[in-house]
Amino acid sequence: MSEIALVTQLKDKFGSGIVAVEFDAIDAWVEVTASALIGVCSFLRDVEDYHFDMCNCITAIDYLHTDAKKAEKVDWAPHIELVYHLSSIATKLTLVIKVKIPRWKDEAAQQLPEIPSVAGVWTTAVWHEREVYDLSGVNFIGHPELKRILCPDDWEGYPLRRDYEMPLEYHGMRGR
Amino acid sequence: MSATNIDDPRVIEFDVRTDEMLINMGPQHPSTHGVLRLALRTDGEIVSDLEPHIGYLHRCAEKIGENLTARQFVPYTDRMDYLAAMNMNLGWALTIEKLLDHDVPEKGRHLRVLICEMNRIASHLVAMGTYGLDLGAFSPFLYAFRERERILDLFEKACGARLTYSYIAPGGATADLPVGWTTECSDFINQFKKIIPEFHTLLTTNAIFIARTAGIGVLSPRMAIDYGCTGPVLRGSGVYHDLRFHGEERYTELYDGYEFDVICADSETGKYPDSHQEVYQDGLEYPDVPADTILGDCWHRFYVRMLEVVQSVRLIEQSIAKYDACTGSHGEPIKLTQKLPVGEAYLETEAPRGQMGFYVVSDGQSNPWRVRARSSCFSNLYVTAPLCRGVLLADVPAVVGSLDVVMGEIDR
Repeated sequence: MSEIALVTQLKDKFGSGIVAVEFDAIDAWVEVTASALIGVCSFLRDVEDYHFDMCNCITAIDYLHTDAKKAEKVDWAPHIELVYHLSSIATKLTLVIKVKIPRWKDEAAQQLPEIPSVAGVWTTAVWHEREVYDLSGVNFIGHPELKRILCPDDWEGYPLRRDYEMPLEYHGMRGR
Repeated sequence: MSATNIDDPRVIEFDVRTDEMLINMGPQHPSTHGVLRLALRTDGEIVSDLEPHIGYLHRCAEKIGENLTARQFVPYTDRMDYLAAMNMNLGWALTIEKLLDHDVPEKGRHLRVLICEMNRIASHLVAMGTYGLDLGAFSPFLYAFRERERILDLFEKACGARLTYSYIAPGGATADLPVGWTTECSDFINQFKKIIPEFHTLLTTNAIFIARTAGIGVLSPRMAIDYGCTGPVLRGSGVYHDLRFHGEERYTELYDGYEFDVICADSETGKYPDSHQEVYQDGLEYPDVPADTILGDCWHRFYVRMLEVVQSVRLIEQSIAKYDACTGSHGEPIKLTQKLPVGEAYLETEAPRGQMGFYVVSDGQSNPWRVRARSSCFSNLYVTAPLCRGVLLADVPAVVGSLDVVMGEIDR
């Protein structure tokens, strides 16, 4: 992949929407802001040289150390990182898009962090985003039917968060 | 037309209004391939809408992965796609090796190709047998399972397990193949080759089977890509894409020096590759594509799997020769507490049901910071709803069966 050309094109088009670029990592990635996400994704899907027509995987990584001593040692503040693994059937390229968002929109009110949904760019994202919402607790704005998919509808909490605690009881069943 | 005048029966017939009916199919329905629940909205015999409900087997393997080392997680990958556990092991092993930048010796490479293609045959046999069951044909199931048993026997000799193998591990494999295993394997392949045409007479060319699958659930290439379909579902729609050819180098180099074809109908002629002639040197003919099928329908998805079995036979024959010629180690698995370097790696492999991806993020400990499994069936199942809208109720099992889903992998 002509990496430099891609970065130049992206930076020309989105300017400060592109936060960081790392092509020396094991998998090359581009970090973008949440507001630029839809634009970048549509651009990558449609532009002829790259044509990323497949959204393989959407992952949310919760960066939080529940242990205060460990939290002191790391150089990042708690946040959630969304990772989009893209590939192209037409050009056989792969690319990783990352977006960093806060862990909560409003922690006291338990309001989930928000990010635009890419379901309009790749239909497959509908289920992938539902899974991320279900397990990691991210609110995808503009998603057609954001509801739990793997856990039951009345499940509480988001299991893949680092501070998640397994419920002690669920409908009379012992949790642990 | 007066409501009070009901002398003419046709008037009554015309006047009868039927409501939409909600039907619950599964999670214990035999044709849903595990615990899948489909909520169907029907208008008479026509399905007007459908919603799959999944999660009955959800164990949150990704969370479990955060609390185990890379080596300890291998048995959990077995339980994802339990019909192709070797391929799941391989996906995880390659991802960890990618993160560690660890290479496997030549003998280990051929061992992996051999074992994974054997598992692909076993998996496609189940797909074929149960698809027959879905459509009311019982005998193909028995023939398929008879052959699959022999593969499981061979696996049992290699690693001691018949379903959840944990055989391929990051670094190599838990043990080398026992002495004489490859001979038994070639015996099986030689005998199995002769049986493949039987499967075609049982199902592929069966008039009832064609009537039930031709033109049903047609998936266009564009829609297949947009819905993230992979594997035989994608190739059944005529998209030329197989990760064994087009994947990442770390995966494709496994198949370096091997000769096989991507099974996919040619976009212009609509013909499938005819390299099966090399397997059948006695001039055995493959059935032609029936006239009333449409590229991307249930019949084509089924046919792609059947032809892939022949390609796997070719690969196994080559890998046995290559493996037997190798000396030295098959690759020792990494230590149980092996520390992972800081970084992240994502790798997809071509499992029998589609592209299975694993994503590992590490902060330098032996337990990964985050584990993610990209399930092929998860994306493949999502396309059920649009495919089933407007089909007859009896065709729903035909569509779901043709996608060949395994719930263990969807729910993880």
